[in-house]
Amino acid sequence: MCLGIPGEIVEILPGRHELAEFADLALVDVGGVRRKVHIGLLDHESLAPGDWVLIHVGFALSKIDETEAAATLDFLKSLGAAYEDEIAAFRESASEQE
Amino acid sequence: MRFVDEYRDADQAHALADRMAALCRPGRRYQFMEVCGGHTHAIYKHGLEDYLPDAVEMIHGPGCPVCVIPMGRLDDAFHIAEQPGVIMTTFGDMMRVPGGRGTFLDAKARGADIRMVYSPLDALKIAHANPGRHVVFMAVGFETTAPSTALTILRAEAEGIGNFSVFCNHVTIIPSIKAILDSPDQRADGFVGPGHVSAVIGCRPYEFVPRVYGKPLVVTGFEPLDVLRAVHQLLTQLAEGRCEVENQYARVVPWDGNARALSVIGRVMELRGYFEWRGLGWIPHSALKISERYAAYDAERIFQIPGVRVADPKACQCGEVLKGVLKPWECKVFGTACTPETPIGTCMVSSEGACAAYYNFGRFSRKRVREATRR
Amino acid sequence: MSPRHLDDPIREDAPLEDTGLENTSRPDLVPGAAQAEAAVREACELDQPEIPHGHMSGHSREEEVLERIERARKRRARVREDRITLAHGAGGKAARALIEAVFLEAFGNPLLEPLGDGAVTGPVAGGLAFTTDSFVVRPLFFPGGDIGDLAVNGTINDLAMCGAAPRYLSAGFILEEGFPVEDLRSVVASMAEAARAAGVWIVTGDTKVVENGKADGCYITTAGIGVIERPVRLSAAAVVPGDSVVVSGPIGEHGMTVMLARGGLDIETDLTSDTAPLHTLADRLLAACPGQVRCLRDATRGGVATVVNEIAAAAQVAIVLDESAVPVRPNVRGACELLGIDPLYVACEGRMVAVVAGDHADAALDALRSHPLGTDAAVIGRAGDDPAGLVLMRTHSGGTRVVDLLVGDPLPRIC
Repeated sequence: MCLGIPGEIVEILPGRHELAEFADLALVDVGGVRRKVHIGLLDHESLAPGDWVLIHVGFALSKIDETEAAATLDFLKSLGAAYEDEIAAFRESASEQE
Repeated sequence: MRFVDEYRDADQAHALADRMAALCRPGRRYQFMEVCGGHTHAIYKHGLEDYLPDAVEMIHGPGCPVCVIPMGRLDDAFHIAEQPGVIMTTFGDMMRVPGGRGTFLDAKARGADIRMVYSPLDALKIAHANPGRHVVFMAVGFETTAPSTALTILRAEAEGIGNFSVFCNHVTIIPSIKAILDSPDQRADGFVGPGHVSAVIGCRPYEFVPRVYGKPLVVTGFEPLDVLRAVHQLLTQLAEGRCEVENQYARVVPWDGNARALSVIGRVMELRGYFEWRGLGWIPHSALKISERYAAYDAERIFQIPGVRVADPKACQCGEVLKGVLKPWECKVFGTACTPETPIGTCMVSSEGACAAYYNFGRFSRKRVREATRR
Repeated sequence: MSPRHLDDPIREDAPLEDTGLENTSRPDLVPGAAQAEAAVREACELDQPEIPHGHMSGHSREEEVLERIERARKRRARVREDRITLAHGAGGKAARALIEAVFLEAFGNPLLEPLGDGAVTGPVAGGLAFTTDSFVVRPLFFPGGDIGDLAVNGTINDLAMCGAAPRYLSAGFILEEGFPVEDLRSVVASMAEAARAAGVWIVTGDTKVVENGKADGCYITTAGIGVIERPVRLSAAAVVPGDSVVVSGPIGEHGMTVMLARGGLDIETDLTSDTAPLHTLADRLLAACPGQVRCLRDATRGGVATVVNEIAAAAQVAIVLDESAVPVRPNVRGACELLGIDPLYVACEGRMVAVVAGDHADAALDALRSHPLGTDAAVIGRAGDDPAGLVLMRTHSGGTRVVDLLVGDPLPRIC
């Protein structure tokens, strides 16, 4: 449920601060298209251009954790690498049998 | 696209498929429920069943907030939309969902002013631009979407926009999972937990699933490798005799969720005693309403809604499909009376519904499809 | 003042800055008076040079006035209103002025100029292709085009997909009362430019005006006639297993551009519509692969997915697409991901799908890529025998799925 897409913050926009605690907007880039996204659901003090956020219905819902993302990818890659080694070993043993 | 493309790698998917197959005990069958419609969609859109071991079967759960809105609530929404001076706004997903009196598209064709928005803030913008009209936002969604609606109401108040209200149909994820676990014919061996809801509520609320019901649950994202890795983790837990909540989606989901988003919900909304779910019936504490303090923005209070109740069609077996008791094609009306063009039940109404996904993407045998694409 | 001008409605309520092309009013005058003064000044300016001083004295005052009227009647028609009124569709002087000053002025060609009930051509060698299309688009003007070039290119493309060389177009306009004449001129200018660029003539037309609120500004209906110059048999039913499916360029640009140009989604992008005439591209392909092109389809409404489904159903073949091979520009993809829309279903207005014999796929690609509109052409799939009538796709991540028809338009979704 709940389509969420990662986007990169291009600029924190100077907002009108009627709602100081829930300000405000950031310009976010998704694959070359840009939209103003509300960042009031995040601690916007901690956000800066270059950060990635998950966007849902025009709101940034979560700041993407680069360390966690890298860890997940490393794990997946290690599986892939091990798999390739096995395939290579399998091919070798298959050719030896011929 | 970063954080998307790298999780679609075919080689790593093959590696995971290999690992999963190795974890299956010979002769045993595994049923896992993906609670979330987004996962159902991802499984079909990316053809992920190709990677699952034959012994693993996915059950498509109730997690599409659009599909579970009961027909009566839609009829209430059409009633509001047809009041003089009202502009009704809602997400694109809602436009084709049938109530008792047709869909939003039908209501629009009858003359109601119904507009599609991308964000609740867009609805507020329409209200600001049309001071002579009253703009109602038909809010749907789980805890993922509720904070955005709540923040929009706070914003409306702060900016003094009085011609705006929300017809609140937000639902909560935990009671629906509990309802499924409590169902006597429920048969899942483990759960793929929703990703974006968890970005708000975190992982702790799921701890009762292993503790009380003895089923493992893995929270994960929506890219192919996310989904496959979650199934891999479930199989690993079962193989190792573990039963716990795991977070595969830590890049987006903090274990404790988003406190600020939760506090915004708490400020503007409160739990309903009961809410009706299409296909599942009445579930206690399973939905949110606008709290007394923000009554001025509550369309249910502003408009005399008829409170229409429309019983789910008798022939429809969505409840059984949602619980995984029936496969979509086992339903009596699937593919005959109930199709994506003329949906009867919740599972067929949105592309995320189990039946619609199956009808669109999955209705051919995996083997036949696989062979066709490999030739 | 010319008599014609006396017939013209003068819009007292029209804001000064909106008084159209020929606004010579002084801002300090009230609108009605300004228009009258401008008309007098204009009449004098136009009359003076043609009137030799000596000649004038030989005529009575009455003759002089009659002569002036005569001259005024012969003057080129002008549209003085800034907005379309019901009079422009009524067949009288206002309608005539609109036809002459707007349509004829822009489209002028020997077949249109007689302004007869229909256009009469000389003898034509070869078979004919005949098509019709209607154009409604909101907004009327969008990045990369407007309803005008869309109408001309769309009609040309329908003919090109029949293997025909487009020749003659008709254009019917349904205009809404109050539609700015300036906007109509822009639309018509785009049509003229598109027709000129493609070497076709708009040879006949019609205009109707409906009351304010009864239409969305401007609708255009076209018909087109093309000549079959080379022997081709193009038919979706001719597709057989082993054929290759080729797309002529990146998909979905027109549909996303228009969706975003409506403004409600607040998405900023440099996307532009892909609207373009495909007849020279189609011709190049047909010339390069004689007898080997099974069918051509422009991927308009419903996008590539819909076209490919129609082909699979007509030929009773399975079509297997390769998701990684489908060209999609990053910004189209970004917008699609953001809105939850699949680019395979998004309309193109300058892209075609060609099915060619499998062993001619490379030749087809070379031909397409040698044309400026086909530089990013790609083989995106192939036809097989089972399951007949179905479109399948091998996804990026190596899975397979069915690509079905959508129930309606793709709508932005949140879940």
